[in-house]
Amino acid sequence: MDTLILILFIPLAGFLISGLLGSRLPEKVTGWISSSAILVSFVLSLITFNKIAATGAAIKVKLFTFLSVANLHVDFAIQADRLTAIMMLVITGIGFLIHVYSISYMHGDKGFYKFFAYLNLFVFNMLVLVMGSNFLMLFFGWEGVGLCSYLLIGFWYTNVDYGKAARKAFIMNRIGDLGLLLGIFLIVWQTQSLDYDIVLKKFMSGEVAGSITTAICILLFIGAMGKSAQIPLFTWLPDAMAGPTPVSALIHAATMVTAGVYLVVRCNIMYNMAPDARALILYVGLATSLLAALIGLKQNDIKKVLAYSTVSQLGLMFIALGVGAYTAAMFHLITHAFFKALLFLGSGSVIHAMGGEQDIRKMGGLKSAMPITYWTFLIGTLAISGMPLLSGFFSKDEILAGIFTQNKLVWGLTVASAFLTAFYMFRVFMVTFLGGFRGTEEQKHHLHESPALITFPLIVLAVLSLFGGVINLPSFLGEANAHKLKHFLEPITGESELQAHHLDHSTEFILIGITVAGFLLALVLTYTKYIKGKAIPEDDAAIVGSGKVLSNKFYVDEAYDATVVAAVNSTGQALNVVDKGIFSGVMSWVSSFVSRLSDLYGRMQNGHVQYYLLYMVVGLLFILAINYIKTLWN
Amino acid sequence: MELIVIPIIAGLIAAWSGKLSKWIAFGGSLVALAFILIKTQTFNPDGGFQFVFDKPWFSAGMHFHTAIDGLSLVLLLLTNILVPVIILSSFGQKNANATLFALVVGMQGALNGVFMSMDGLMFYIFWELALIPVYFICALWGEGDAFKTTIRFFVYTFIGSLAMLASLIYLYSKTPDPSSFSYAALVSVKLSVKEAIWVGAGLLLAFAVKIPLLPLHGWQPETYTQAPATGSMLLSAIMLKMGLYGLIRWFLPLVPEAVHFYQPIIISAGVIGVLYGAFIAIRQNDMKKVVAYSSLSHVGLIAAGFGVISYTGLQGGVIQMFSHGVNVAGLFLAISIIERRALTRNLDALGGIAKQSKVFAALFLIMVLASTAVPFTNGFPGELLLLKSLFEYKVVWGVLAGITIILCAVYMLRMYQFSMLGEETGGKYLFRPLDWHETTALVVLVGLALFFGIFPQYILDISGPSIKKLMELIADTAEVVS
Repeated sequence: MDTLILILFIPLAGFLISGLLGSRLPEKVTGWISSSAILVSFVLSLITFNKIAATGAAIKVKLFTFLSVANLHVDFAIQADRLTAIMMLVITGIGFLIHVYSISYMHGDKGFYKFFAYLNLFVFNMLVLVMGSNFLMLFFGWEGVGLCSYLLIGFWYTNVDYGKAARKAFIMNRIGDLGLLLGIFLIVWQTQSLDYDIVLKKFMSGEVAGSITTAICILLFIGAMGKSAQIPLFTWLPDAMAGPTPVSALIHAATMVTAGVYLVVRCNIMYNMAPDARALILYVGLATSLLAALIGLKQNDIKKVLAYSTVSQLGLMFIALGVGAYTAAMFHLITHAFFKALLFLGSGSVIHAMGGEQDIRKMGGLKSAMPITYWTFLIGTLAISGMPLLSGFFSKDEILAGIFTQNKLVWGLTVASAFLTAFYMFRVFMVTFLGGFRGTEEQKHHLHESPALITFPLIVLAVLSLFGGVINLPSFLGEANAHKLKHFLEPITGESELQAHHLDHSTEFILIGITVAGFLLALVLTYTKYIKGKAIPEDDAAIVGSGKVLSNKFYVDEAYDATVVAAVNSTGQALNVVDKGIFSGVMSWVSSFVSRLSDLYGRMQNGHVQYYLLYMVVGLLFILAINYIKTLWN
Repeated sequence: MELIVIPIIAGLIAAWSGKLSKWIAFGGSLVALAFILIKTQTFNPDGGFQFVFDKPWFSAGMHFHTAIDGLSLVLLLLTNILVPVIILSSFGQKNANATLFALVVGMQGALNGVFMSMDGLMFYIFWELALIPVYFICALWGEGDAFKTTIRFFVYTFIGSLAMLASLIYLYSKTPDPSSFSYAALVSVKLSVKEAIWVGAGLLLAFAVKIPLLPLHGWQPETYTQAPATGSMLLSAIMLKMGLYGLIRWFLPLVPEAVHFYQPIIISAGVIGVLYGAFIAIRQNDMKKVVAYSSLSHVGLIAAGFGVISYTGLQGGVIQMFSHGVNVAGLFLAISIIERRALTRNLDALGGIAKQSKVFAALFLIMVLASTAVPFTNGFPGELLLLKSLFEYKVVWGVLAGITIILCAVYMLRMYQFSMLGEETGGKYLFRPLDWHETTALVVLVGLALFFGIFPQYILDISGPSIKKLMELIADTAEVVS
């Protein structure tokens, strides 16, 4: 059997095993079966990756024809090219680490087996998303991961708020999905196909009009907005933190939310022909990046900070896509997957040790009790903040260099966003791990480093966050090893990668100097405030002015509730009243009319001949009258 | 022929066999199912009408004439798969007795007659015959004002049926000597556009009431709600498909001259129904009403897709008829399972059931997701094709109808959350485990929902050539006129 089929279906088999038999198996067995399913997928993905890296040719496998009606012919077909191979490694690699982590993290939960079943199902759907060889396969995976996200956000289903958060995520994603679906309809209409190769070839040959290309690109991007939590469809992601922390790490940081980036990179040929659509992406990404970073400054729930940070970093990736720096976006997608998964898992370790507490104001000084979590979280913080030579530094630098050649203002604002990122990340780190402990005595008593199943993934991810940059070093560190990722992705993005952003080294050094200065400034500011000043973020009630606006997330949720949600509800209510009044009302009138008519008719049959005679006469007169009117009419 | 006779005989025996009746009815319905499954093996999709049975009946002009083409076969499969499931699920119906089971299985015969008739008058007779059992089921086993509601339902459908009869007789009078009600003869009648509009109005009235299309849906929500689960399932899963089937088997080919007149009416009524039903479903407290209005929304989409008269729209509608039947039956079954235990189906009084029954929670969730048209469930391929056909007809219709994929998620997940998730609200009750017949019925439906979600082409291949022939039939005349 082909390796690709195994890579895809082993996680599905894991889902079936843990879903159907899990309730009867011991925890450990279920957990390890699920985890090893992903490990096998990962190893096979590595083999596939090497094969593709060596030959450069994409591998394709067709399983069966899913649907064939008129011009819509869809095969259940999978492929692995260089872009897919990278995504496969990220999904299964980080997926495996998070599975292992979860064995300990979810220990003792009543829904343990269900959790692993859902995680396996998620990996399967995510693989369908990236391995599908046509747009409908992508859509399958796209909706499938949305479903798993729904199931996992609402995993602790007895909590009504969690259930609400889960529904919100699903529905907001569906808004985006409608855009994606309409985009897919337009693609079939224009190209008579959904197969990536054929569709992209048709676009390259210029068979599709420019305005329609732009429309398609925008519709696909609407799908990306939903899945990758961009303005205006971003509010579901922070709420999605209701799910268990490993879910936040895997789905809502490392993999699913980057599907929008994957989609745009996959279609880069189209986007290069649609500068207007790219401009839209650029500004939506920029606005999202800044807005989320600002909100992140004032959040005190450790997971919420990371959630807004994810929204902001996704915005950064879209900025890169907007300026056509596709490799840079993919590079940041990969490094972000490393350090954001690390940070989320680290926060899970903290939450575990604190007995479920998520408010950083009630933590502090965890450094001594949890050294491994402390060090790995520090590495994650430094990586995301852009400390020189760490993975995040290189990927951010690549993006910023790309932006600088295109638009200096956007560059400036992106640097500002990067500064804010460094600021809120240092804030969280310092308030959580340094200073004195602010929790209860009982919590202090129970403080402990997490077990090996949790620290092992942390260490692996920390190493990746430290050295992940080597996959695409800048050329000023030596031409020999430079831009490996870029060369690797050339078959996908080579045609469209904008050549312009080749800066000379001195300009590049100046730009790096400015971003490093921002990093240091954030470090100094937070150090003086939270270490020297021993400041603790104030109580919610004490926050006033602009801080209050930030802490309340710019009131976006409230605005949506007051407009869209209220409109839908009142439309429903109004129609409900109309339906009851008019349709049921009219109908009961009709039926009672009929039954009265039959009553009347029944009473007429009373057996008296003189009455019948009367009816006859009346009837005759009636017919004569009609005839008379008819003659008048003519 | 056998498909009509076997269930009716089973019904007659069941009516007089007391406690055994449910088994006789179930057995009879299974024999019919086996029969249609065997026929499916030898069925040739490209072979047009097959398994023909044609004998004069009553008079020379009217024949007992049955035949099966791909379109018929899909609906026959639906009917004969669902009726045994419905009978099984009625084992737990309150006050179920021999009459109930006799009526259900008898109805199977009548429905098979509707989907196989190749004679106008025979079609009309079976159309009416199929209604009689469901009237009794709703009136006798229903709750609340069931009797009054059933009368309303009767009045509505009866007026529609009479109009259809009038149209059929008019067409009959136009057939060349010797006059005939045969499908071929009626189809070949050429009408002026004006005549076609009138004849079409009669037919459309009958079908639109049954589907139901806005604004003729007034009988539906109350009837679904007050009917017993058996009745709701029969009505929504199979009977309303009679109207949709009539639309493409009889209406379009019989009056193609009026197609240009009716096309915008059907499409707009369908799409408005899609949104109308969805918006109202969001605000319902009674689970049965949520499903009733969601059904209004779903069948509106099917009718609109049929109205496009493209291969994509018709095929999408055919597969969606099948899927909607399975899914709505599953939803009504799940609701009745809840109601038998919690003694209510109001969302504000329910909650926390998932904690008590994990298996039921999983099965119900799959039915909910299938109705929400999640990929790899049977709701998806049909919705995809229908939306695509509308999008290709006019972009704005496609976009408007597309909003359903958002709204459907809203009301379906709301219903699921408030009934299954959270903590128990109101009085605590023990959610006793599912009975074997409930589990079996639900598992069969879930299995169908998943199987045809992954392999929809199986159904599309059956109906494809017949739909192409049907389109030729319509196109020939429609072109002559225009």
